Amino acid sequence: MSAYEKYLRNNRLPHILCSGCGHGIIMGAITRAIEKADLDQDRTVVVSGIGCSSRLPGYMDFDTLHTTHGRALGFATGVKFAKPELNVIVIMGDGDALAIGGNHFIHACRRNINITTIILNNNVYGMTSGQFSPMTPQGHFATTAPYGNVDRNFDICELSRAAGATYVARGSAYHAVMLTDLITKAIFNPGFSVVEAISQCPTYYGRKNKQGTAVDMLNAQKENCVTVAASAKITSDQMQGKIIIGELHKSEAPEYTAVYRNIVDSLQAKEMK
Amino acid sequence: MRHEIRLSGSGGQGIILAGIVLAEAALHEDKNAVQSQSYGPEARGGASKSEIIISSEAIDYPKVTAPDIVLALTTESYKKYAKNLPANTVVIVDFSVNVNGDTGVLSLPIIQAARDELKRPIVSNIVALGALNAVAKVVSPESLEAAVLRRVPKGTEDLNRKALALGYQLVGKYMLTSGYIR
Amino acid sequence: MSPTIKLLQGNEACVEGALAAGIQFYGGYPITPSTEIAELLAEKMPRVGSAFIQMEDEIAAMAAVIGASLTGAKSMTATSGPGFSLKQENLGYAIYTEIPCVIVNVMRGGPSTGLPTSPSQSDVMQARWGTHGDHPVIALCPSSVEETFWLTIRAFNLAEKYRTAVILLLDEVVGHMRERIEIPDHVDNVLTRKKPSVGREGYRPYQPDADLIPPMASFGEGYRYHVTGLTHDETGFPTNDTEKAGILIDRLHKKIDNNLDDIVEIETQMMEDAEIMVVAYGSTARSASRAVKDARALGIKAGLFRPITIWPFPANELKQYLPQLKQVIVAEMNLGQLILEVERNVAGKAPVHGVLRGDGELITPTQILARIKEVQ
Repeated sequence: MSAYEKYLRNNRLPHILCSGCGHGIIMGAITRAIEKADLDQDRTVVVSGIGCSSRLPGYMDFDTLHTTHGRALGFATGVKFAKPELNVIVIMGDGDALAIGGNHFIHACRRNINITTIILNNNVYGMTSGQFSPMTPQGHFATTAPYGNVDRNFDICELSRAAGATYVARGSAYHAVMLTDLITKAIFNPGFSVVEAISQCPTYYGRKNKQGTAVDMLNAQKENCVTVAASAKITSDQMQGKIIIGELHKSEAPEYTAVYRNIVDSLQAKEMK
Repeated sequence: MRHEIRLSGSGGQGIILAGIVLAEAALHEDKNAVQSQSYGPEARGGASKSEIIISSEAIDYPKVTAPDIVLALTTESYKKYAKNLPANTVVIVDFSVNVNGDTGVLSLPIIQAARDELKRPIVSNIVALGALNAVAKVVSPESLEAAVLRRVPKGTEDLNRKALALGYQLVGKYMLTSGYIR
Repeated sequence: MSPTIKLLQGNEACVEGALAAGIQFYGGYPITPSTEIAELLAEKMPRVGSAFIQMEDEIAAMAAVIGASLTGAKSMTATSGPGFSLKQENLGYAIYTEIPCVIVNVMRGGPSTGLPTSPSQSDVMQARWGTHGDHPVIALCPSSVEETFWLTIRAFNLAEKYRTAVILLLDEVVGHMRERIEIPDHVDNVLTRKKPSVGREGYRPYQPDADLIPPMASFGEGYRYHVTGLTHDETGFPTNDTEKAGILIDRLHKKIDNNLDDIVEIETQMMEDAEIMVVAYGSTARSASRAVKDARALGIKAGLFRPITIWPFPANELKQYLPQLKQVIVAEMNLGQLILEVERNVAGKAPVHGVLRGDGELITPTQILARIKEVQ
């Protein structure tokens, strides 16, 4: 048994995800990162919204909270703010986090509350069978974009940084070892952290956009992802169509629950006088 | 014993606070009191009101329907809140209010006195309370003073005591000369 | 120590009640006419070391309240009309996952943005059926500032005892008016949720006791359990099994329906020999009380029936008066909501008339008295 397997609810497996889905690899990376960060299993809460990715906490042996669509960060903020000593990890999908949950997402970034958020980006709504999401590139196809997507997509990491997240990184299912490392660092960041984890949905996004099998899609991740270090050494022409993976932003800012704690402490010190 | 009192003026004149003070003074005389006020757009500038019911009985319907005392510090609030009153309602207005020839209105230089004699127009509301209580005797002067002092900022107690006294004096001085007859 | 006598707004009394009940978490979003509740808690909660947060919207506020409650914190949010609509999705989540919390709705004129600073009682049916799906609801409706204090405590108690979301329906009149309130130095009978008596291995988070209420572990205590808004079985994990789905929805209703004696509270005035019953709640009941007294002075046998618990509707309490009733009048600040429930329970045994008003003004005693005289 691998060390991280103790973090899985083995009696809940096998999972409901399609064969070839990248989410299982990413769940593996999350549990390995929790193990590397040595989080107390009894003091860690995993929260999710609605969608394929949001089913993952059901397989993870922690206090787990499967909430409503887009609202995971609202619930997670309540958990963290009420009991700051708990470790809180949020797992969201791209539609979940950025469309219906977009407002909650930017405000969680802004507050810099110590929550680690992993957004599993498969560019599509999978649970409802393949509608376009805020991460579906313009011109790509989905069941609700039969003539090509009219919408433009977000850059999750740029959005996170601009909104105030203090740790921002991007990884992919293919680069699972690196992803584990990025999530571990995100857990250690004492503020709001976002890791975009690129995943593949061969069932809907892949099929609609003729991207081949799951293996083909993983190979595409291998081809298209460029590390931060490598990206610095190549021309902008060579960067066309590439995706940068690695640590994209780190900063320091006061953490939300700590700021509030300071207010409580100073008020109570005054009362003592 | 039952009073229905309507205080009115423009936003920022301390009408709401005056209403709260009066209601609290009544509570401390073991009477029941309900205070309500205008909110929202109505309370921003323009005419605002604060209504108080004081009764030795339980108060059910909490809104003022037939006020026995009405105060208006501005012409706008007078026009809006001093109409359709019962015949015996005591109406007190500031000197600046244009009553358009209405009779039976006690007009007092409330704002001017606060400005000239106390150099603090901000206490016009407390001067008005003193005047109102001098005329209508809603609560004892002691209860009113205690209630005022509980609510005003620390360090302004003397100023507010003087404001109350000024209100009582204005009534003594102008009640007869103003042509106010009851 | 003797109680403190104060002149407070209903919204302020709600805050005092929440503090007396031991509130540990408040998540909210500003909206008229409930905002004073948030403002006062923002000042008071950090002083006692409890958590106040203003969220980015009403939806997130409701979500945060549920998340906080899962850690064991007594949690509340407050809102008005449009905000109450936004909370409905997660209100259903709290009911289905049986997470205790209190939702205060200070009702204002609507629909839509409506009359933000004027009273109404037009969210009565939204309180009952606002969230999707079949579900039980507890909603309480105070008529005075002092009652707001006590019903806020009761809302927390019912939420904790029955593991559900409890709605406190104030109206703008009660929320904003100031009146006398005696705040006791100490409040007895403050309830907290039932905790599991078994350890992690034996814990099935949705296995009820004989009272149909499952003991609730807090997150972070080592139980490592799963909570989902999907239909779930006793383990807490999702299921599509129709039998289990039936058991769950049935139990959720029964845990309330079996305890109506504990949950339902009413007040009556002069109902002993009344032939005309006036049904009214919230601030409208104050007008109705006056009207009934005035009617009695005229020799008309009128009485007041005031639901304090508005949901579940006090059907049994109302029905006991049916044999003596010749007329029923329902006074409410909407164009006919609770009157539907009254009609359903009166079931044709007496005519039911409405004194209904939706213009943002409190119904007057005169209006109700006129109707009493008309139908007598």
